[in-house]
Amino acid sequence: MRIDLIKRPEASRLMAYASPLLAVALTLVTGVIIFAVLGVPPLKGLYVYFIDPLTSAWSLEKLSLKAAPLIMIAAGLSVAYRANVWNIGAEGQLTMGAIFGASIPILFNSWQSPLTIVAMLLLGILGGMLWGLIPALLKVKTGANEILTSLMLVYVAQLFLDWLVRGPWRDPKGYNFPKSVTFEDWQMLPTFGTTDVHYGVALAVLAAVALWVLMSFTLKGFEVRVLGTAPRAGSFAGFSPQRMVIFAFLVSGGLAGLAGICEIAGPVEELQPVISPGYGFTAIIVAFLGRLNPIGVVVAGLALAVSYLGGEEAHTAFGISDKAARVFQGLLLFYILACDTLILYRVQISTKPKGATA
Amino acid sequence: MSPLAQVLLTIITASTPLLIAAIGELVTERSGVLNLGVEGMMVMGAVAGFGAALTTGSPLVGVLASILAGMAMAAIFAFLTLKLVSNQVATGLALTLLGLGLSGLIGESFVGQPGLRLAHLAIPGLSDLPFVGPILFGQDGLVYLSIALTVAVSYGLFHTRLGLIIRAVGDSHGSAHALGVSVIGVRAVCVLFGGACSGLAGGYLSLAYTPQWIENMTAGRGWIALALVVFSSWQPYRLIIGAYLFGAVGVLGFVAQAVGIGIPSQFLSSLPYIVTVLALVIISKRTLSARAQAPACLGQPFVPDR
Repeated sequence: MRIDLIKRPEASRLMAYASPLLAVALTLVTGVIIFAVLGVPPLKGLYVYFIDPLTSAWSLEKLSLKAAPLIMIAAGLSVAYRANVWNIGAEGQLTMGAIFGASIPILFNSWQSPLTIVAMLLLGILGGMLWGLIPALLKVKTGANEILTSLMLVYVAQLFLDWLVRGPWRDPKGYNFPKSVTFEDWQMLPTFGTTDVHYGVALAVLAAVALWVLMSFTLKGFEVRVLGTAPRAGSFAGFSPQRMVIFAFLVSGGLAGLAGICEIAGPVEELQPVISPGYGFTAIIVAFLGRLNPIGVVVAGLALAVSYLGGEEAHTAFGISDKAARVFQGLLLFYILACDTLILYRVQISTKPKGATA
Repeated sequence: MSPLAQVLLTIITASTPLLIAAIGELVTERSGVLNLGVEGMMVMGAVAGFGAALTTGSPLVGVLASILAGMAMAAIFAFLTLKLVSNQVATGLALTLLGLGLSGLIGESFVGQPGLRLAHLAIPGLSDLPFVGPILFGQDGLVYLSIALTVAVSYGLFHTRLGLIIRAVGDSHGSAHALGVSVIGVRAVCVLFGGACSGLAGGYLSLAYTPQWIENMTAGRGWIALALVVFSSWQPYRLIIGAYLFGAVGVLGFVAQAVGIGIPSQFLSSLPYIVTVLALVIISKRTLSARAQAPACLGQPFVPDR
């Protein structure tokens, strides 16, 4: 039996939408197998993992808090990846955004004004942008591969944060724990009503919608897509690939920075050595699952947030390691990439030997 | 052993995994495939090697297991990128994310357990020489293997028919296909070789460098190995220089810490990453024609039209 790929005359629109669903289904099937191996009743496992997080108002609040940073970062990454600019250092840009934003509560603790949190958010965006600008400029000026430089800078940013919270920015009254002062009320994002859902969730949706408008209805969006798919054609149209690298890193870095400051001015409430469970990397999966489309990213962000929460629930319910969630996330990306083949190709299974099919 | 000899010894053991992983990736890239999953294959090699050595009591079985684990990861990558023509960059990232997650899950029960250390091979007579003896002739077997591997790969790539075929596939897959070479087959073999090397490099970390299992213990070494391949301009022998340079930077950070000069440890720990960025910048700037040195078909998918 031979399996051959036959190129479709044109890309299948149906498959573009069906592929992520197929990928999720395959991940669930694999999940059943993994649960069986770990000795958990598979259907109960799936229920706790993927349905339970959706059943109470309280867990829906947590879900939106988990999804917000993923959506924010992935919306920016989807624009960058569309432009064929590979920023994989969002985790570092998130860290720098958190550090920049936290400088206000830590260094100017007494400044109390409604503008305090606004300034923190703006500084967060700035921090992410500046950290993203480094690989972008190195790429433009020297041709250094942005994949490797942006990733290396993740480690540098995390070590810098570690030094800050153990050294100069450690809370003097914190019993030597490696953490900064806890933020005051006015240094925190306001929340909706009596819930825990902070304004960052709204910012995430807003960012996704704004980038969707940019990509779908503006010349800039057209430029991104042209330079991403046909760089030569783009140059003939007068678009600058260099400026696109900078633009892509500023957008994706800025949003990652915003996600960083929203995390610490939201659920975390202070600077710690570790401020993110790898949102910057999971957002890469979110971007692909969301078809590199900012609106798709909102749906995908919610889906991945379920896997984070489900991981926690499964941990308490069955004692399954919370690390299983990361395995599901990694598998999901594999299945998406594999299923995406069906957009451009048909699979032909033939029993005839090679040569006879031609 | 004198402190200087101790430092040199540590540099060699720190550089060896970088060299092994990079030599594998170099072959993969020479065949035209960019596998960004080195970190993921390495960390799986590390956990598999540690676990196998712990259960069987034999570090050699551990080494074997780490190679197989790297190859298994590489096989997934090869199937997706070569057979299903998926995006190589994204698939490599997926391999790394899956490897980091899966190794964390598998290795959870290994955390804190004392590991087995790979025995050192003393070369009789030579290892008794003063100073240079233990450094050059008293290492574990994989140190020698890493050098032998580099020599073999360099000879194989540039002086054998197989090497010519690999380079042809990497530089012009259309022509190679027209000549009757199985582009996909050659690439699959090269990807698997890269996976075996990455896995072995990971196994070296958990069996020789620091015989224990720590989550994410590769700490970016897979990515540094990828940078080394660029740094070497795809020339095997230059990998030795690069790997030892990077190994030295990492170790000197520790030494500076131990000696107690007043630089925070975090800055010293970040040196290898910063040096990687600087090296990429310098090498890319110096050879603005770096593209010309890279295999011409690097990262490009190939679908035979029959």
